[in-house]
Order: sequence, then C-alpha cells, then structure tokens
Amino acid sequence: MIEAGDRTRESFQQLASAELPALYWLARRLVRDGAEDLVQEALLRAYRSFGTLRQDTAAGPWLKSILVNVFRDQLRRQARSPEELPVDQVEDFSLYQTLIEQDPLPYSDTLHHDYLRAFAKEDVREVLLRLPELYRAPLVLRYMDGFATKEIARLLDVPLGTVLARLHRGRKRFEQELWTYAEETGLLLRGTVR
Amino acid sequence: MTVKPDPIPCSEAVRQLWDYLDQAVSPDDQAKVEQHLSFCRQCCGELEFANQLRGFLASQSAEELPPHIKARLEHFLAEL
Repeated sequence: MIEAGDRTRESFQQLASAELPALYWLARRLVRDGAEDLVQEALLRAYRSFGTLRQDTAAGPWLKSILVNVFRDQLRRQARSPEELPVDQVEDFSLYQTLIEQDPLPYSDTLHHDYLRAFAKEDVREVLLRLPELYRAPLVLRYMDGFATKEIARLLDVPLGTVLARLHRGRKRFEQELWTYAEETGLLLRGTVR
Repeated sequence: MTVKPDPIPCSEAVRQLWDYLDQAVSPDDQAKVEQHLSFCRQCCGELEFANQLRGFLASQSAEELPPHIKARLEHFLAEL
C-alpha cells in the first residue's frame, strides 16, 4: 500500500502500469486516432500532479479523470462547432421495435440478445466512433467506465442537465448506429453470430 | 389511500427507461413508469432491451494490451 506522501517516481510507475489497459481502452473509445498519445499525455499530467492523489486505491478513476481532461482540452483546441442533433431526428428510433419489425435473424428465438452478440468489440468501437464526440464521451464514461453523471458533468465542464440530455440523445443515436452499421457492413451475413 | 399516478404514454415511458434503470428519476416519475409498465407489454420489452444494452456496453471493458502498445507505454512510463 502506497501511503500519501510516498509519491516517488517508482510508486507512480507501479500504480500507472497497472492502469494502462483501462486507460488505453478508454482512449480508444474516445478517439479514432491518437489513443496512445492521449494516454501518454495523461500519464505526463498525472505524474506532475501525483501529489494530489490521496489514496492509491483511487488511482484508476484519478488517472481516467486526467485522461478525460486531456481529451476535453484536445476538443477545445480543435474548436469544432458542436454537433447537436435535432431531437426529432433521434427521438423516434427504437432498435427494440426495429428488430421486431425487420426480424434480421428469423431463426433466432432470442432475437435482441443474438443481434447484440453479433457485434465484436471492434464493431462496437466503430459504432461509437460514428457518434459525434459530444454524445460519445458521456455514453462511454457513464456506461462503459461507470462514472456518475455528476462526475461526467464536472469532467466535461458542462451542466448536469446537458449531460443528461446528451446521454439520452447519445443512447438513441447509438441504437440507430448499431442498426445502420450492421446493415452497411453486412454484419449479420458474416455467419458468425458470436 | 394510495394516489394512482397520472398515466403516461409509451413515448414518455420509453424516454425515461434508461434513467429509470439508472435510478435517476424522481419518485413521481418512477411511479409513473412503473404504472405504465404494469399494463404495457411492449414497454416491458423495451425495458428489458435497455437493460441488455446497458450490460452490452458495460461488457466492452478493458482487455489486455496488444504487446507492442504495452511495450511502448511501459517504456514511456520508465522514461518519466
């Protein structure tokens, strides 16, 4: 156990090394290119502020928070205009209902379950990367990395209501993209329902 | 006497399902969603699928690093 104050380079390396997979995969879900750079920049920042980490058991969330900060700063530097979607464009879509209506796996007794199983991790990443960043980031942080909505609001520096609205639209958009991606790539025709 | 919540349409129930699963709805809204689910089979299906989707997203968790990425990041750490 590393106590506060025992903030040596070696203790940082030990803590950070254990978190590298989680950091890398989070970065891969947030950005299409440059995930490794994102992790390296986060490691640098984390090392510089290592003294602020109170407990080594909190190292994982702490490092992820720093990585999200780096990601947020990158977005700001790119100064892209927000890609807010009109509500009615995403609001009406239901993947649950679409699957029932279109029945893409007619021999399945567990259609919805089998449909999701057809997506490999790289497919899911591709689907996520099709979402505008402002929807993708809250979705990834909430449902894949387990951050609370209040924490996401703090990390992304937006009001809580904005996070909730983006989560809602992000979920709908994600469902829509799951359907579109499977259609476009012939995912279900690959014959490898996992 | 328990007051029955005002009924909500399917569109409103579906809009709240993820927040309901997140336990992020007010007690009033929770009661409305539950009342709707008590008679709407389709929305029960939507709820079940929303739950599957949550599990699906959560299951995409971190794996082992590819060896070349691991080596580079470890090297970077060692150079700090």
